[in-house]
Amino acid sequence: MTKIIEPKKQRNIFSRPSSETGIWSWITTVDHKRIGIMYGYAAFFFLLVGGLEALLLRIQLSQPDNNFLSAAEYNAMFTMHGTTMIFLAIMPISAAFFNYLLPLQIGARDVAFPRLNALSFWIFIAGGLFLYSTFLFGTAGAPEGGYLDEEVSRLASAPNGGWFGYQPNAGLKYSPGTAMDYWAIGLQILGIASLVSAFNFITTILNMRTKGMRLMRMPVFTWMTFAVSFLLAFSLPIIAIALFFVTFDRQFGTTFFLTEGGGDPVLWQHLFWLFGHPEVYILILPAFGIVSEVLPTFSRKPLFGYPAIVFAGFGIAFIGFGVWAHHMFASAISPVAQAGFGLSTMIIAVPTGVKIFNWLGTIWGGKLTLNTPMLFALGFIGMFVIGGLSGVTHSVVPADTQQTDTYYIVAHFHYVLFGGALFGIFSGLYFWFPKVWGRMYNETMGKIHFWLMLIGFNVTFGPMHWLGLQGQVRRTWVYAEETNLGFWNLIVTIGAFILAVAILVFMANWIYSRRKGEKAPFDPWDARTIEWSIPSPTPVWNFSKAPEIKSLDDFWHQKYGEDEDGRAVRREGTDELLLKLEEEGLNPDEEIHLPSPSYFPLILAFGLPFLGYAIIYKSVPLALVGVILLLIGGFGWGTEPLEEEFETSEENPDAKESSTYE
Amino acid sequence: MQIKKFLKTRHLMLCSFLFITACIENAPLDSLSPAGPYARTIDDLFWLTFWIAVVIFFIVQGALLFSVFYFKDSPDKPEPKQIHGNNFLEILWTIIPVIILASIAVPTVRTIFDLAREPEDALKIEVIGHQWWFEYKYPDFAITTANVLVIPEDTPIRLEMWSNDVLHNYWVPKLNGKRYLVPGQKTYLNLHADNAEEFWAQCGEYCGLSHSKMRGRVLSLSQSDFDSWVMNQQKNAANDLDQNSLAYEGQQVYLNAGCTQCHVIDGVWDVQGEQIAPNLTHFGIRNVFAGAALKNNPENLTKWLANPAQIKPGTFMPNLELTEREIEALIEYLGTLK
Repeated sequence: MTKIIEPKKQRNIFSRPSSETGIWSWITTVDHKRIGIMYGYAAFFFLLVGGLEALLLRIQLSQPDNNFLSAAEYNAMFTMHGTTMIFLAIMPISAAFFNYLLPLQIGARDVAFPRLNALSFWIFIAGGLFLYSTFLFGTAGAPEGGYLDEEVSRLASAPNGGWFGYQPNAGLKYSPGTAMDYWAIGLQILGIASLVSAFNFITTILNMRTKGMRLMRMPVFTWMTFAVSFLLAFSLPIIAIALFFVTFDRQFGTTFFLTEGGGDPVLWQHLFWLFGHPEVYILILPAFGIVSEVLPTFSRKPLFGYPAIVFAGFGIAFIGFGVWAHHMFASAISPVAQAGFGLSTMIIAVPTGVKIFNWLGTIWGGKLTLNTPMLFALGFIGMFVIGGLSGVTHSVVPADTQQTDTYYIVAHFHYVLFGGALFGIFSGLYFWFPKVWGRMYNETMGKIHFWLMLIGFNVTFGPMHWLGLQGQVRRTWVYAEETNLGFWNLIVTIGAFILAVAILVFMANWIYSRRKGEKAPFDPWDARTIEWSIPSPTPVWNFSKAPEIKSLDDFWHQKYGEDEDGRAVRREGTDELLLKLEEEGLNPDEEIHLPSPSYFPLILAFGLPFLGYAIIYKSVPLALVGVILLLIGGFGWGTEPLEEEFETSEENPDAKESSTYE
Repeated sequence: MQIKKFLKTRHLMLCSFLFITACIENAPLDSLSPAGPYARTIDDLFWLTFWIAVVIFFIVQGALLFSVFYFKDSPDKPEPKQIHGNNFLEILWTIIPVIILASIAVPTVRTIFDLAREPEDALKIEVIGHQWWFEYKYPDFAITTANVLVIPEDTPIRLEMWSNDVLHNYWVPKLNGKRYLVPGQKTYLNLHADNAEEFWAQCGEYCGLSHSKMRGRVLSLSQSDFDSWVMNQQKNAANDLDQNSLAYEGQQVYLNAGCTQCHVIDGVWDVQGEQIAPNLTHFGIRNVFAGAALKNNPENLTKWLANPAQIKPGTFMPNLELTEREIEALIEYLGTLK
């Protein structure tokens, strides 16, 4: 730590934050690793909240004509479950991986715009808190002219129009009260967070790669981050505009989606899914990236067909913008549109298939270490294939008109987003655990977690295929006893509780291993990419000197060559190399200037919810608070240098003086 | 034909495939028990896709499990060969899926256009979605009814549909797929039932508080039964009840308690303007009410009339604070509306 130089104090309205430990060091941090960790914990918290909401839904559906939740509560719970899992759990947990790993994988010291990165995080937190404040302040009720038998509880005072917010049901007439405004404005705020980080990551990948890190030498996870960033950058503006329209319709009496004013409710569907389908790939591509790192490492083989996997990822991202109407096959679209979007949906199966076959090619003939991250990665392939195949049955438009809006769809996308995205994410959490914490996780508990999760997952979501085909529609608060759906619903509910136990095992393992886990060596997996060539936990400066990259999987090739059969052979001197790397990694021999912490991203971010409240409650004082926070944040940020001048810097003649200033 | 026969056993096979021990055959909303040509076309297409998917499923999962067991690390295992890819294989597994998908795409596109075509000599019926019930109008016969769609067997039906409020989605799983009901524009759906039978319908699209209770029935009748049903529907309700009967008392409740704000009974009372509640003229012969959420019997009617919002949260039918006597009379009267 001695080599890090204390910045001089700032001469601004606020003195510059300088603590390196404690809560303020985290709140003001601009370090991509700390931001990544905070993203991870916040997203996991929301994952638990979304999971609790799911358990409430499952208790309600465990038997026919149940009365555990009221209709209003049920509708609020499924809306918040979907919204939470997508925008507050899976997306930010992917952002946690991007933040932590991206600079490490390309050999950079940080992302291109560290304070912008902090801004993304704090806007995400501000948006999430804003959305959830609906449980305190929001109101909901029966449509205009309708009657309710009981008072609307706090649990039901949340958005209730579905995460897809179909108009006009989510409009003011049919969803009165403020809850849907919390939803529309909350998503708007969260969208800003994602947009900001998308541009940050694109810039980082294009500009901050270390020497020799050509594009086609980048790890696949970095490639997928790149693809996701483009998806975010192109798809979020669409939903931003659509959400503005909704807010205008609800608050200012416009009629973008209201038939009585010449608007069109189907337009909302087009705009929503034009964003919503790329969003699906925003959720799944990070997991594709993670398993593309895990599988080769534990197979001790390179990724099979690296260029194909990279291009397939971008193919999926590109075609993903041309399939949106497959969410609307039963809606008001023409047979020509049905045929077109059916075909484009089939086409997207091709690059997806290429990825799956290439992953199989990767493990084929390998030497597989079946530890927890590998099990999750293998489980990912198995479960994702099921979700992919049921996805193909949706591209068959006539069949989809039977399946759409039923539990068959619920089964399908949970196989993709839970069996796919979340299994991939767990694989990554275990895989990089030693790098982040410098300790090993507990392997036995990890394996228990995997098997409980695999079983619980299939018991929960497998029977949903059957329930959907047997006619159970989505978003159904109750189902009639005569539909004979009770038995399998009960099984599904039992499965959901197995999943809850699995999550508890994961948390126990995490808490235990963080404190008591074995000390991790810096390369515990004999891994391939350069983030494993630095000490664990990652030093604050990442790389003590910028690495030079000579090939794909550079770190592996430093350790291994190939004999005449093409088998991996450990190079002579590898042990010495590893010792040297660790020694160097801990003791940088040059001065390292790290971006200084800042209050301003936090201040700027927390201006936004005030503007949101101001719109909902038409309040000028709240708007003023919001604008003032934005101005302080923006102005302070603008006048504050990224790095403080350093006391011992020779180019700075004021250095001595400034130290006395303290 | 052999293959057809093989596919007939598919229900059983699917059951065993999904490890289903308590396999339910009598689910009234089962989309896998087609009872008409439209649903059957869809069903055939689904099973074609399903079996292709099953084959791919076993190939991929087989390769995965084989790799896990066969290539598992063991102490004496040598380091693996470092294979970076194989162009031939990669092209192969790009092209084969394209061919498989093309074999699904051709019948898919054909079926899309077949299902969308208006059948010749179809009976036209209008379906209007309301929160939370379906209204049916027969323009050829000047009939308005609700909750139970009555159709002649073995006759193509053309539904012309729209919504009066939010999006709804009309679904009779055994007769065809779903189609949205959209405010401000018309959508179309064909039905065709092989036999005289009762089917269940359900709103598919989330449409607010009581979405799950927006249900329906489709009653397919023989042509002669259908004709007499039509004759009966075209009659007005009787307006000459015995003034000492309970039914007459019930009619007075209907006329005075507030029901006439929304409910029409032809020959007794007409509501001006937009219809927001079911036409009750022939309420007594419908076997379900309240958006088909309840069976039509005195017990259910008592619960409903005492507090509609308890049965269907958000309903537009107010609690009229009727006395027990008034409810009893009203039920008696509704029972006479055959």
